[in-house]
Amino acid sequence: MSTTDPSVQELELTDETPAAPRKMSRQSPKPRRTAKAAKRPGKKMPITAKLALFWLSLVVFGAIYAKFDNLLGQRLPLQDPRYQGNLFGTASRTETPSTAHFLGTDVLSRDSFARLVHGGWVSLIVAMSAVTFGVVFGGLIGTFAGYVKGRTERVIMALIDVILAFPALVLLLAMVSIFQVRSLTVISLVIGLLAIPAYTRIARANTLALANREFVHAAQAIGTKRFTIMFREIFPNVLPTLLAYALVNAAAIIVIEGTLSFLGLSVQLPEPTWGNMINEGRSEIRQTILPVLWPSLALTLTVLSLNQVGDWLQGRAEVRSAAL
Amino acid sequence: MGKMIGQRVVRLIATLLAVTFLTFLLTALLPGDPVNAILPPDAPRDQATVDRIRAEFNLDDPLLVRYGSWLANAVTGDLGKSYITDQQVTEAIKQRIPITFELTALAAFFALLLAVPVGILGAYREGRFADKSSSAMVQVGLSVPPFIVGIFLIWLFTVKTSFLGLPSTGWNRITTDGLWENLRTAVLPAFALSLAPLAYFSRLLRSDMVGTLKEDFVLSARAKGLKNRYILGRHALRPSSLSLVTIVGIQLGILLSGTVVIEQIFALPGLGSRLLNAIYQRDIVMIQGITVFIATMYVLINTAVDFIYLAIDPRIRKR
Repeated sequence: MSTTDPSVQELELTDETPAAPRKMSRQSPKPRRTAKAAKRPGKKMPITAKLALFWLSLVVFGAIYAKFDNLLGQRLPLQDPRYQGNLFGTASRTETPSTAHFLGTDVLSRDSFARLVHGGWVSLIVAMSAVTFGVVFGGLIGTFAGYVKGRTERVIMALIDVILAFPALVLLLAMVSIFQVRSLTVISLVIGLLAIPAYTRIARANTLALANREFVHAAQAIGTKRFTIMFREIFPNVLPTLLAYALVNAAAIIVIEGTLSFLGLSVQLPEPTWGNMINEGRSEIRQTILPVLWPSLALTLTVLSLNQVGDWLQGRAEVRSAAL
Repeated sequence: MGKMIGQRVVRLIATLLAVTFLTFLLTALLPGDPVNAILPPDAPRDQATVDRIRAEFNLDDPLLVRYGSWLANAVTGDLGKSYITDQQVTEAIKQRIPITFELTALAAFFALLLAVPVGILGAYREGRFADKSSSAMVQVGLSVPPFIVGIFLIWLFTVKTSFLGLPSTGWNRITTDGLWENLRTAVLPAFALSLAPLAYFSRLLRSDMVGTLKEDFVLSARAKGLKNRYILGRHALRPSSLSLVTIVGIQLGILLSGTVVIEQIFALPGLGSRLLNAIYQRDIVMIQGITVFIATMYVLINTAVDFIYLAIDPRIRKR
């Protein structure tokens, strides 16, 4: 990805924090306890999750840095993502990797590396906003439904079930097709709206369990208002589970956005996204696979990384709620 | 039991009503005059045409009345007519659904065919190299979007090698070209589609089977001196595959919508590519019709899964 060797940075990353206490405990008189602690699920971060975090931070940092650099007037040696390339003239437009073009160029002789780094921006924004949407609205609606119970709960959950009764991709396509202009905001909003039901279900299920806990009874006993109980007592305890799910959900959202981009139904074209880069590179697949390979790798690695970190966090959230 | 079936049927009808209403709302809530959405962007908008469309879609009636008459037509198989291609929506669906169904079924078949041995292997060698490497591959399989798999399959089998002489795009019909030619065009897209369910299935089967292999009856089978192959395939597989059956059903529904992208990549004339075309042309009537059809299929499949689950697991029936 970057000019520095990734393996070197991984070593640095692992050396910094988690390895240090491990070394200490190895010298401690009771090594058996540490072995036990390591076996407990979710206690120690596995190496795959660390690698995943490293990759994710690269993508996020790259996307933000490239975006703001582009807005502030191109100080990086990265090609402008709006550069339209030259359709005519040169004999071979697709170049193989060289020192000038780190990952080669795409079918319009645009620098693949620059577009790859910029392409992370759309994925990042859509994933972040959709997940935030889901956690906030889905979480609040679910907490509300789980706490008030009765008819209100039944109506809310019936609505949620109807949305979940649709195959997600088809519903998304139908909703997206309504909009003539598909800006980043529209795409984020539509995907965010469709993310709400899953969070609502999780929040409701957790609220049902939490509503019978001592601290909630205690709050009720001293006459705390219902909404205060919901916001102050229950929602903060639902949040860790929601956030653990959020990472796995972000992976799914990035795939969905990639699919939309690939089909040409996401943000408008000059803006590079991994999905539309794959689609554009597809036309000259007989010449070279490279313009398809890079965004495919970036997309897959990002999804894989989010899944790894998400799985680990979900394991931790389970441990935590069991201990609560 | 009877009461339970009754409840499911009532819920099915309610869900179908809600799903169709929501799809109907998609077009009814379009900003601006619905006539603009129904007519293609470049069609003439003289008063006569506009009036005719207003009359045909009962646009002057209240929303619920319009939904009622639209639903009544839809139940009798009339989903309206596209104003862009002049084709009946039902006609288009009938023409294209065999391809989508075949693709879905073939993908599910591939996924099961590979997932069962992979899942059994993972459970049998739990924690060993075979288990760990197959789990890692499952993780990757869950993370690669199907459209990427499709493109790389095309690249691998038609650009890099001409192994088996598989075509990269297009579709041969069973009726005109025979089974072999048909399968030659179907195998790559079906395989691309099957990777994600394959990963789900094998992960699920592995985790269920790990539990089953710890049961006493497996120990006694081993004590009897039965062969491993027999224990795994006969004794342990059946009790481990209960949740697999449910997931297969649910995945069938997901695959049905997943064909949209795969059909686009492999240029297959299925329902999914028709939906995409409609979206590109902003053919609202067609989008609405196909969406309602796919969503209805999805709901029906999920209900069927519920019933199958009732039939094979007596514990649920008793409750």
